Amino acid sequence: MKSITRQKPFEEIAQQLQGFSRVFIAGCGTCATLTHTGGVEEVAAMKEQLQSQDKLITGTVVIPTACDDITTALAEEYGSAIQSAHAVLVMACALGVHRMGQNVTKPVVPALDTLFIGMDDGHGVFHEVCAQCGQCVLGEMAGICPITACHKGLLNGPCGGTNNGKCEVDKEKDCAWTLIYNRLKEQGRLDAMRKYQPPKNYQVVPRPRIIKVF
Amino acid sequence: MPSKFKEALDSGKFVITSEIGPPKGTNLEKMYHHIDLLKDRVDAINVTDHQSSVMRFPSVGGCLAIKERGGEPILQMTCRDRNRLALQAELLFAYTRGITNVLCLTGDAVPVGDHKEAKGVFDLDSVQLLRMIRTLESGKDLGGNELDGAVEFCAGAIVTPEANPIEPQLIKFEKKVEAGAEFFQTQAIYDLEKFARFMKFARQFPVKILAGIVLLSSARMAQYMNENVPGIFVPQHLIDELASAPKGTALQKGIEIAGRMIATLKKEDICDGVHIMAIGREEVVPDILQIAGI
Repeated sequence: MKSITRQKPFEEIAQQLQGFSRVFIAGCGTCATLTHTGGVEEVAAMKEQLQSQDKLITGTVVIPTACDDITTALAEEYGSAIQSAHAVLVMACALGVHRMGQNVTKPVVPALDTLFIGMDDGHGVFHEVCAQCGQCVLGEMAGICPITACHKGLLNGPCGGTNNGKCEVDKEKDCAWTLIYNRLKEQGRLDAMRKYQPPKNYQVVPRPRIIKVF
Repeated sequence: MPSKFKEALDSGKFVITSEIGPPKGTNLEKMYHHIDLLKDRVDAINVTDHQSSVMRFPSVGGCLAIKERGGEPILQMTCRDRNRLALQAELLFAYTRGITNVLCLTGDAVPVGDHKEAKGVFDLDSVQLLRMIRTLESGKDLGGNELDGAVEFCAGAIVTPEANPIEPQLIKFEKKVEAGAEFFQTQAIYDLEKFARFMKFARQFPVKILAGIVLLSSARMAQYMNENVPGIFVPQHLIDELASAPKGTALQKGIEIAGRMIATLKKEDICDGVHIMAIGREEVVPDILQIAGI
């Protein structure tokens, strides 16, 4: 599981940092490093870019796992550099931004947009395979999630926009229901596709979602 | 009480429906004109629901206008813009205004339209929407609560006989039948032999099938649809026929082709009727019907 991020346009970052002339930058050594959005190199590049905009960088750190409580320890370790900054720019997913926000009193600014939870295909392409809907249907869908892989999240088969196995929204994207059909057919389980799927329960865990595990 | 359209479907006659698209704005004159042209020539008129995800005057408003002008409306209802509460509320309203035919659709995707950043809803899909109508008819809402006054609809759906692969479409077709669809209006068909094969399958089910006829206005339009519209395939001989028409007469040729196809479908008793989609050229629908001998 990886939190997939994309760097915001620099203009937006600059706009959010308006009025903050001293900035501390924090990256993440896990997901944002894998996606080349908040690793050592990206943090260094951001430092340079902000310096060229006349910002003073009070310090930088790449937290091994920014969503974890390591952030608490590192916020303490880098306390004086953070204290002397006007804001902390976080180059991690929104979980990292939250974690940083819990540990510092300074304004926290995200440098990245968090897009989805993705799976790596081994060639630098990340696919969204789970929408975390709270009610897994993979068992009846040959292991392909239509909530996620179908643009419309349809549960009872393809729409009329399916075209030669591709989606009407993007000819490069596969029609989830063609994939499900093909795999169910291979498995001799087309009956699963004939089964009526009732309307989805969107309140499995009402938002905001909180679960107490221990 | 069954709707006039339902009576037409049950009468065994060759049923003709057509459709209008409401305006983008509040000037309803052109829509009124199209309604007046069609209302006495067809058994019912569909009103599209933000067709191609382009924001317009609402489908239910178009249906009311048809009722006011003495026509028989079919309310197109997509799942793109309304959650289950809004869908049910709109059906209750439609029923109280005498709009009792509904075509249940998933709806085009938001990004193909003119509000590309909007949130697509798709709380239900077309099969679930059909079932929801049957639930409302039983006097309950989708939450299981009693209704003070129920509804009665003639509910239909669509099918794409030219889809590739076809089997997933046919499975969904069966699910729609089981969910209570009484009639189907198909995506445009041009290859009558292929359509006849689809009809052989569809005839196993107790539903009425109206073949979709989309007016071809030029060879270029036909080629464009082949390249860009899922589930539509215009055979080369029809494209050639349109291309061979003398300059300025391609539309006339398209009208002839549509009329000819309808006449064949009727004469050979291939399906139960047709649904004519003239897409902005509604004024020529009477000409198509005349050529078809209807």
